[in-house]
Amino acid sequence: MTMARSKCEPHGNAQPGVKPTTESTQSMQDPQALHDQPRSRHGHAHAEPHGHAQHLHGEFHHHHSHAHTSKHPGFHHLLTVEGLNVAFRMYDPQAPFFRAKQREVEVIHDLSISVHEGEIVAIVGASGSGKTLLADSIMGLFEPNARVSGVIHFNGERVGADALRQLRGNGISLVPQSVRYLDPLMKIGRQVEGVGRSDRDQAASRLAKREQLFAHYGLGPEVADQYPFELSGGMARRVLLCCALMDEPKLIIADEPTPGLDLELAIKAMDDFRAFADEGGGVLLITHDIELALRVADRVAVFKDGTVVEETDVASFASPDSLNDPFSRELWYALRFEDMPQTQAPVEDRTEGATTAPAASLPSREEG
Amino acid sequence: MARFVLTNITKFVLLMLGVSLVTFVLVSISPVDPVQANVGQAAYASMGEEKRAQLAAYWGADTPLFERYFNWLGAALSGDLGMSLRYNAPVAQVIAERALNSLALMAVAWVVSGALGFLLGIFAGAYRGTVFDRVVKGYCYLLASTPVFWLGLLLLIVFSVQLGWFPLGLSVPIGVASSNVTFVDALHHLALPALTLSVTGVANIALHTREKTIDVMSSPYVRFARSRGLSTLRILREHGLRNLIMPAITLQFASIAEIFGGSVLVEEVFSYPGLGQAAVTAGLGGDAALLAGIAIFSAMLVFGGNLIANILYGVVDPRIAKREVTSDEL
Repeated sequence: MTMARSKCEPHGNAQPGVKPTTESTQSMQDPQALHDQPRSRHGHAHAEPHGHAQHLHGEFHHHHSHAHTSKHPGFHHLLTVEGLNVAFRMYDPQAPFFRAKQREVEVIHDLSISVHEGEIVAIVGASGSGKTLLADSIMGLFEPNARVSGVIHFNGERVGADALRQLRGNGISLVPQSVRYLDPLMKIGRQVEGVGRSDRDQAASRLAKREQLFAHYGLGPEVADQYPFELSGGMARRVLLCCALMDEPKLIIADEPTPGLDLELAIKAMDDFRAFADEGGGVLLITHDIELALRVADRVAVFKDGTVVEETDVASFASPDSLNDPFSRELWYALRFEDMPQTQAPVEDRTEGATTAPAASLPSREEG
Repeated sequence: MARFVLTNITKFVLLMLGVSLVTFVLVSISPVDPVQANVGQAAYASMGEEKRAQLAAYWGADTPLFERYFNWLGAALSGDLGMSLRYNAPVAQVIAERALNSLALMAVAWVVSGALGFLLGIFAGAYRGTVFDRVVKGYCYLLASTPVFWLGLLLLIVFSVQLGWFPLGLSVPIGVASSNVTFVDALHHLALPALTLSVTGVANIALHTREKTIDVMSSPYVRFARSRGLSTLRILREHGLRNLIMPAITLQFASIAEIFGGSVLVEEVFSYPGLGQAAVTAGLGGDAALLAGIAIFSAMLVFGGNLIANILYGVVDPRIAKREVTSDEL
């Protein structure tokens, strides 16, 4: 659906991607030329050449429209994912047990999403719809039976599977959901500082950094000597955030970072991510909670059936007319009908929402 | 803490009573006639009726079960485990002589199978689906379905009969005064039985550790560690060992019973004079006191193993250790 649009990234390294798709290789024919004249290659819908810096608010480019905070310093996105496909080879679950043949099940197809510096982009989709798989793919964490293809750019560089591996904890950091993501048998302090980094000087500086982060996030020094099972939910969330911030990432992928919190508390918990974004980082927030997404994100990507059907400024959710995809509009109506009794919400996303905030308080973070 | 000790002492006493009682019951309902079994076919046939009755009284064949048991129990409580009628020596002495051989055999097998199995299991699990994993898995399935005695015979045929590297049996060379037997001689005789026992013990611990490793490697905390840039080897070292060693050690302590069972067969095959062989002799000869003594000794060993596993678990796992403390404080 997006083949005609050319690449925005000026620094197109010819480094092999994760099995690049045909459309993306076509647009990457001459990386040197791209590098030399970044502006002239920006053939968007309108012929006028422009750089990323001059996007208008709400303007559509690169599968998405911008929010007022979206910026392109250095003329590139912080993260661009284009045409991502993830498929698994597995035995046909429908076939009879002994006659089942292996077949490829595509879980994510032709997914594109971008994150700019200084913004929170929320991917909203139903629980169990494969959103976490997207996080895994961006971090290069593939199952052995997965086939992944697509083009990923990080900070202007095209990154393949190996480069993605290099970026783990070194540019891209994950903030997982719960305390289950901590080793139950290792003390918190050691886990936050990170293990397996043998250098002594580094260990000292990491200790200092960890103490600083703990102080900043109101975690007492005694927490370092505790084990994960002793943490309360709120402490665990801050500890997990500290783990990510230890590595001074440019991009944080937050995978359902506020499970079980009601909306107001969840929004409060997201303040830390807001602060991180305001300092120039990018946050990819993966959530099933559309209300949370609309309240804290700058842009929202609607995830359905393994792809992003619409990636747009959060302000577009002010009215159904500014939403392009029928599913997004359905979501919009579902949210509006929330406080009307007897009306069945037609969208499955709401099943785990656990939020009861009135829909009247809906979208639009304050403009400007 | 006091409760823990008390519970375990109670458990231990009940276990000892149970094991000894079952031994006596089994011996008494066994069809083996101790007189016939112990004097030999020819001697029994040429024996007069009076002599037979005398021997039967000596073996206590006619004494009612519970009278025999309580006699034995009373003596055992005062530290006397009774006489082994088959070996014509105090039970304690027979066990002490043979326990050394058996414990050496079992200790070697226990350590080797544990260490080897743990390593194979970890790497097979961490590199699941690779050639290494397949080979380890195949090896384990093959061994798990191999009878110990058959493997022992096979090793005897190859290494003792054909290659002549190891002696055919026994724990010391034949025709050498016990004062002249060297440590090397003892090791030389120990090698094949220990190898047999180790090799079959590997399968259990390796397959178990492999499964556990797969669980750990697909756990959220390993996924998170990967997302922070740790390599598989580092993850194994930092998170894997920590989480895998205790289940493995627990299993290994709990598997003492199996090693003991295996040692009975191995000692038979290699004519190795250990407890297992004595247990077989005692069982076939209706020697209730010796059998009960050996049963109690092995039950103590197994109980001790399980107890150590439990205590270790509490020491290493903070969740159990801390909870223990808090429940005591209440």
